[in-house]
Amino acid sequence: MVKSTGLKRRDFISANDAVAYGVKLCRPEVIAAYPITPQTTVVEKLSEFIENKEMACEYLNVESEHSVMSAVMGASLMGCRTFTATSSQGLLYMCEMLHYVSGSRFPIVMMNANRTVAAPWNIFGDHRDSLAMRDSGWMQVYVENGQEALDTIIQAYKLAENPKVLTPVMVCLDGFVLTHTYELVDIPDQSAVDAFLPPFVTENKLDLAKPKSLCITAPPEWQTEFRYQQYEAMKEAKKLIPGIDKEFAAHFGRSHGGLIEEYRCEDAEYVLMAMGSVVGTSRLVVDKLREEGLKVGLVKVRFYRPFPKEELASIGSKVKAVGVIDRDISFGYEGALYADVKAALYNSQGTCPRTINFIAGLSGRDITKENLEMMYRKLIKAAQGQAEEEIQFVGLRWEQW
Amino acid sequence: MVNVRNLPDQELFYGHKACQGCGAATAARLVLKITGERTFLAYPASCISTVSTIYLQMAFAVPSLTMAFPATGAVLSGMAAAVKAKKLENVTVLGIAGDGGTADIGLQALSGAVERGDKILYVCYDNEAYMNTGVQRSSLTPYGAWTTTTPIGENEDSFGKRKFKKNLFEIMMAHRIPYCATASVSYPVDFLNKIEKAKDTDGPSFIHVMAPCPTGWGFPSDRTIEIGRLAVETGLWYLAEYENNKVKMNLVPKTFKPVEEYLKKQKRFKHLTDEHIAIIEKHRDEEWATMGQRYGF
Ligand code: SF4
Repeated sequence: MVKSTGLKRRDFISANDAVAYGVKLCRPEVIAAYPITPQTTVVEKLSEFIENKEMACEYLNVESEHSVMSAVMGASLMGCRTFTATSSQGLLYMCEMLHYVSGSRFPIVMMNANRTVAAPWNIFGDHRDSLAMRDSGWMQVYVENGQEALDTIIQAYKLAENPKVLTPVMVCLDGFVLTHTYELVDIPDQSAVDAFLPPFVTENKLDLAKPKSLCITAPPEWQTEFRYQQYEAMKEAKKLIPGIDKEFAAHFGRSHGGLIEEYRCEDAEYVLMAMGSVVGTSRLVVDKLREEGLKVGLVKVRFYRPFPKEELASIGSKVKAVGVIDRDISFGYEGALYADVKAALYNSQGTCPRTINFIAGLSGRDITKENLEMMYRKLIKAAQGQAEEEIQFVGLRWEQW
Repeated sequence: MVNVRNLPDQELFYGHKACQGCGAATAARLVLKITGERTFLAYPASCISTVSTIYLQMAFAVPSLTMAFPATGAVLSGMAAAVKAKKLENVTVLGIAGDGGTADIGLQALSGAVERGDKILYVCYDNEAYMNTGVQRSSLTPYGAWTTTTPIGENEDSFGKRKFKKNLFEIMMAHRIPYCATASVSYPVDFLNKIEKAKDTDGPSFIHVMAPCPTGWGFPSDRTIEIGRLAVETGLWYLAEYENNKVKMNLVPKTFKPVEEYLKKQKRFKHLTDEHIAIIEKHRDEEWATMGQRYGF
């Protein structure tokens, strides 16, 4: 028996379910699915919607993630709005196809349940999977909670399908911490979503009336021009993102920030920057330390690609120290987000603050309030000139942290 | 029934850069003559993609795309789903892929598409190696064939590929696919009629067509059809159809021509000794005996 999936205005659901509701409201025409923990319940939910005829959509159970991305690309290049979801090894397995999709400019929206990458094998979350896909030409957005997950799916189609953008979007949710956590989520009306997101219409498709070849081979004389257009599309997206969030707010009464969201940064001197669910816990820590009179602030880096370079630089130029939480590590260098943030700060015109990279929450390890508080205190000490390691692994078992 | 008299004049694949006498290009051209303008075409990395769609010169007159090497089956599934979603009628979702892109790297996606029963027509042109990258061994390269990755070395026991060709037709039959066939560009009427049948199949259909490659096999480019015929006449290739859980042989030669007649005309086999030739002949006889028992001819 399939459970009824009737909509309530507000429902107590997991973030994965929130994604599924978001997708349903966007009326995709083709979904392809391959199971991987902790993504699975999204495509299960969508298959229920379709089986119950709550959604008119073709649903393909495909035999691998490589094929999933190929199948949604096949549908997208015929002009269909499409969706799929994956995680971890699955994302890595579809890596080749991510490049085909972005290079051919198909605006596919995909959810990635952030989960670490083997080995050691582990099903819990960090950002090593999606950050490894940094240069796949996909936009990447990291959400903080279930509500933002649902809303971001709707925004993602709007962004991806803009004719000036035509670039796929990966909506990233922290595995288990978000995907399997239940919270009250507001589910918009179909009519409101329809008013915000028109049906997908594109010239970039296979069309019997206008035969053309897509996804072709471009020799050295042309490849650069294609790449330049992709680069320009991301720049265009960057301009559009804050506006889409504003427009969303006008329709639905909620905003999640555009490229970034600042929390108590106005007069802050010590700022942590982070992506995903840890932002939620960090807000509480900021509030606590603010009560102690410490001028701390927080930046949610919502979009990782396109990267909010100028936005972060402008914050960095006003503060004494910046800490970056990375739920990943680029071996042989430093955290991926940190490297990008540091480069952004270096380019700023103002004085460059002290910076520390906190490597935390790998493979699902909790990032506690105590950890976060310690990070702020380290930033303050560093700003006062105390020696601090630049790259710090948070809470190593053989160290007092 | 299709024949030379009612075959459409319309060409949907021309101006490409294939080598003279390319069997694969002939196969693609013939397939499109039957599927016609209402075809959505996908092909993976292969000779067909390289000779047809290097920007700015596009050789297909139907909507088409180049696909990742392993992805043809899956992208066709997505296209077929889109055909349903968009309620398009009277169209063919067609894949044309080489032996490597089908029997090796593309096998997973093809198997998935067939298992799901997606309405696609998949044509594998078999030139018996990775020709596009310069004649490397595939699982459909025949026993004894020289390729750049089964070279003829200094050792006495070096003779090219040491394994026999994988049986793709049987792999597809094992899926209980609604329609599958083997064909040869050297038997165009047979091939064309199979395409027509495949096109009208409700569900997935598959055609494995032998497409001799003058460049990779080493024969003069005006001998393609003759070489393809010899493959059938010597019993090293066969023409068959699978439908309703039954196999029909389209041509059972009363006697086989000696395999040397085929092998000796190609540079890729020129190193073979009498011993190797005897092994090939024996293998052929065993295969035909097995087929005869299984399929009752
Ligand atoms: S190498 Fe062979 S298959 Fe490729 S284009 Fe030339 S003749 Fe055709």
